[in-house]
Amino acid sequence: MAKTYETVIGLEVHVELATQTKIFCSCSTAFGGAPNTHTCPVCTGMPGSLPVLNRKVVEYAMAVGMATNCEITRYSKFDRKNYFYPDNPQNYQISQLYAPICRNGFVEIETKTGKKQIRIHEIHMEEDAGKLIHDEWENCSLVDFNRSGVPLIEIVSEPDMRSAEEVVAYLEKLRLIIQYLGASDCKLQEGSMRADVNLSVREMGTETFGTRTEMKNLNSFKAIARAIEGEKNRQIELLEEGKPVIQETRRWDDNKEYSYAMRSKEDAQDYRYFPDPDLVPILISEEWMAQVKAREPEFKDAKMARYQAEFDLPRYDADLLTDSKKMADLFEETVALGAPPKKVSNWLMVETMRLLKESEQEPDDLSFSAAHLAALIAMTDAREINSTVAKEVFEQIFREDADPVEYVEKHGLKTVRDEGSLRSTIEAIIAANPQSVADYKSGKKKAMGFIVGQTMKAMKGKADPAAVNQMVREAMEKQ
Amino acid sequence: MKITALGAVELGKKIQAREISSVEATKEVLRQIDALDPIYHSYVTVAGEQALEQARAVQKAIDEGTLTGTLAGVPVAIKDNLCTRGLRTTCSSNILSNFVPTYTAQAVVNLEKAGAVIVGKTNMDEFAMGSTTETSFFGVTKNPWNPDHVPGGSSGGSAAAVALEECSYALGSDTGGSIRQPSSFCGVVGMKPTYGTVSRYGLIAYGSSLDQIGPISKNVTDCAAILEAIASYDPKDSTSVRRGDTRFTEALTEDVKGLRIGLPRDYYGDGLDGEIRDAIQKAAKELEKKGAVIEEFDLGLVSYAIPAYYVIASAEASSNLARFDGVKYGYRAKEYDGLHSMYKKSRSEGFGAEVKRRIMLGSFVLSSGYYDAYYLKALRTKALMKQAFDKAFERFDIILAPTAPTTAPKLGESLSDPIKMYLGDIYTISVNLAGLPAMSVPCGTDKNGLPIGMQLIGDCFTEKKLIRAAYAFEKTREFARPAVVLERERKEREDGKNI
Amino acid sequence: MANIISDETIEYVAILAKLELSPEEKEAAKKDMGEMLDYIDQLNELDTTGVEPMSHIFPISNVFREDVVTNTDVREQMLANAPKQKDGSFQVPRTVE
Ligand SMILES: [Mg+2]
Ligand SMILES: [Zn+2]
Repeated sequence: MAKTYETVIGLEVHVELATQTKIFCSCSTAFGGAPNTHTCPVCTGMPGSLPVLNRKVVEYAMAVGMATNCEITRYSKFDRKNYFYPDNPQNYQISQLYAPICRNGFVEIETKTGKKQIRIHEIHMEEDAGKLIHDEWENCSLVDFNRSGVPLIEIVSEPDMRSAEEVVAYLEKLRLIIQYLGASDCKLQEGSMRADVNLSVREMGTETFGTRTEMKNLNSFKAIARAIEGEKNRQIELLEEGKPVIQETRRWDDNKEYSYAMRSKEDAQDYRYFPDPDLVPILISEEWMAQVKAREPEFKDAKMARYQAEFDLPRYDADLLTDSKKMADLFEETVALGAPPKKVSNWLMVETMRLLKESEQEPDDLSFSAAHLAALIAMTDAREINSTVAKEVFEQIFREDADPVEYVEKHGLKTVRDEGSLRSTIEAIIAANPQSVADYKSGKKKAMGFIVGQTMKAMKGKADPAAVNQMVREAMEKQ
Repeated sequence: MKITALGAVELGKKIQAREISSVEATKEVLRQIDALDPIYHSYVTVAGEQALEQARAVQKAIDEGTLTGTLAGVPVAIKDNLCTRGLRTTCSSNILSNFVPTYTAQAVVNLEKAGAVIVGKTNMDEFAMGSTTETSFFGVTKNPWNPDHVPGGSSGGSAAAVALEECSYALGSDTGGSIRQPSSFCGVVGMKPTYGTVSRYGLIAYGSSLDQIGPISKNVTDCAAILEAIASYDPKDSTSVRRGDTRFTEALTEDVKGLRIGLPRDYYGDGLDGEIRDAIQKAAKELEKKGAVIEEFDLGLVSYAIPAYYVIASAEASSNLARFDGVKYGYRAKEYDGLHSMYKKSRSEGFGAEVKRRIMLGSFVLSSGYYDAYYLKALRTKALMKQAFDKAFERFDIILAPTAPTTAPKLGESLSDPIKMYLGDIYTISVNLAGLPAMSVPCGTDKNGLPIGMQLIGDCFTEKKLIRAAYAFEKTREFARPAVVLERERKEREDGKNI
Repeated sequence: MANIISDETIEYVAILAKLELSPEEKEAAKKDMGEMLDYIDQLNELDTTGVEPMSHIFPISNVFREDVVTNTDVREQMLANAPKQKDGSFQVPRTVE
């Protein structure tokens, strides 16, 4: 009988914090500057420069730790991780090994198989590396230190996950918590959230862990799922062939769907950690923790309950709306402007989700204002525009944050309220289509739809569909 | 008196009194450098025209009344591990032989605010690793009292420049004795302040937890004035200490009545040159005459300071010097094959033997499996040494000790046996481990005419006590100048110049 | 000499330190390191059980910067000493194959 295997997965998740400045210097963390325009002696490793810690980094790390049920280390320190690479200007990364700021937490995930706790071993603060661009022409690489020193937290889980599904659920949970905290936007594609996957396999029922590999370069949930599947199969094949799994770091190639060993004689992987003598310890008091805790936002579960209670929304709506901080914020802001909650919810859940899907975007990419959505809802409620027009207008809001009032005005989309002109249009169409009237009279009620359609067409969609229906029916009956 | 013979404060006063201009003083110093540096080689880089330009600007501010401090217009030499904007900073290493910083070390910024004129960058042991200034890529510096001998190190260029009157005063850095020992060998005053007193921003790090910048001067008055100028709380240096008592010149009084001075027996045993022992005991007597209370005691742990130091300093250095890789600045090998070859060739060609030795040792003691046995053991030893000093300072205000076990050795004698060379720092190193302030003050010469220094060690933040005792002692003796300086002065006098 | 340093150790440490040592330098490094470690082993005479390793001399903690951008674009200065530069970046040998 073929052996069955269990996959054991632990994650190291790096999250770029949403600070204005870098972790150890006052350079901007803004994206998109020309190479090396956000640099200074500190983040380019100039001789004699010294790091000074950004208070906000500590507070974000504390906030994430508290939200993930971690113990906060009262006496936390920074260590140097020594290794040579050109994107690492000092050739050591300032990180935390001996006294990370958070330890022993957990988050709860929910998958098809139910609820489960994933334990967090630790969360530590560290600095990001610069960026290497490979120059094909000159066969060289170019170093840009704009990202060097951008603050990161690294969230290290215990090897508690058993499937790609659990991994994705865990990452989504973390992302949601961190986004709610405002500590990061957690965009995998842009690299503000990155996951390294530690994976091993073992025969089902075995107590001890197999040899694990670490996979890097995973920049989407899909890539993570594929990488897990690929690496699991690679390891099982090795075991089946009686070959050992080697503990190593591997790079996932999502195009080839295969991972490659990143081995080199020059990478001894001996980081010679020691406490950074240039930085002093961080002492975290009860008061400081309480201050950070007090700023904690309402998280998903609390929001969901409140939406159901306060706005009378179905659980389904509340769940979907709170799946993204951005969406929840939009919802609350729009409701605050006086829009009926269920209508706001409908716009967000139906049209918004459809358009997001169509444009391959995430809720976090939403960029329209609550005011414009509220105005649109007000216009439809006042029956100034009909629902077809409203959908058209909403597309413009979604894409360009268009002002619905202006847009409707400019394109003359207001519902025609002039009963006289509507009546004469209907009469003209009925006169021109005697067959339809005859069909209707003989019981083919569907024939009315044709007349309604023709009328809407003639009115260029601006008629109130309910009014058109009503008047067409009356006119047909009279014939 | 010849301008170059004046102390920094004396000269500063004359500049304020418009008796001498800063430009005149700078020119005199540059002339002295021209005359003596070809033999003694205190400097790696002489700023020349840049210095004169600065002197003119400073003089203008003095004339306008905006610069009134005692150091305004006074020429200073800066150890070449302190970054100076627009002025090459090499650490006496090939790897930085072409490095021109775009920022200035905070200690130097503080001096510039006080109106200092930087005449150049002084020679040192490469990356401050050495006790003789022989490991410099730019050649050795010679002892002003006898050019067959070393000036000490690593701030040998700074100490020699002060003794040779090639500057009014200098800045050095002290990781294990690098200010005090060359000061002692060159017959000048040198102080390592309490760790954290002077910002390390812009000091090219050797052992970050031990490094401290300090003054090297002709006399104690200057030392106090310089320290007052360079000491500052710096938000750019996280280990900088906010201390209020930095008016060090207030301590320039002869009052040592009741000052409790301890002589650690463990510092006066085997290995200490007899002439040095006698000179310091004589100095102790002088202080006793002035009312100090002298007592012997056992400090303990003395022999463990050097091994603990070499573990900590080398470990930190191996990491601090990793940034010199040929990517961002400094030397890059001409030929290499790929990235790692570029790293290795640049570093191997860029660093000298002593630096490589310490990087190797430091990398080893931090490597997997050895961290606890070496690095943590050394940090525990350091804790014990701090406790021993704490205990001593319950009984004493000051510990009086030799600065070095011998006077300056001959050139070329030390490098062949590193451990023996390291042993020369036995009296200075524990001070760095414990973060204490200490100063070396001239207290005599040996039979060969080489200077002897005595070391005053204080508890943290008690520089004022050291200055008080040093000032009182200084008053009991004549200021001695090297023969070569006296000779040059005599010749100039004969030529009817500048007197 | 109690500490015998092998060729492998020297080579391993040289990889960590990114130093290329000549055969003579390697021999010298073996000897030097062995002697230094013998000397350092003196520390084992000291009983340090229960002693906290002391990194910092003073109990200073919580030295922070506020999260405010004060640095401006000084790229030209940062690149001024670069041995090789291109397109506003530091140029290095190709890092991936
Ligand atoms: Mg990390
Ligand atoms: Zn920066």
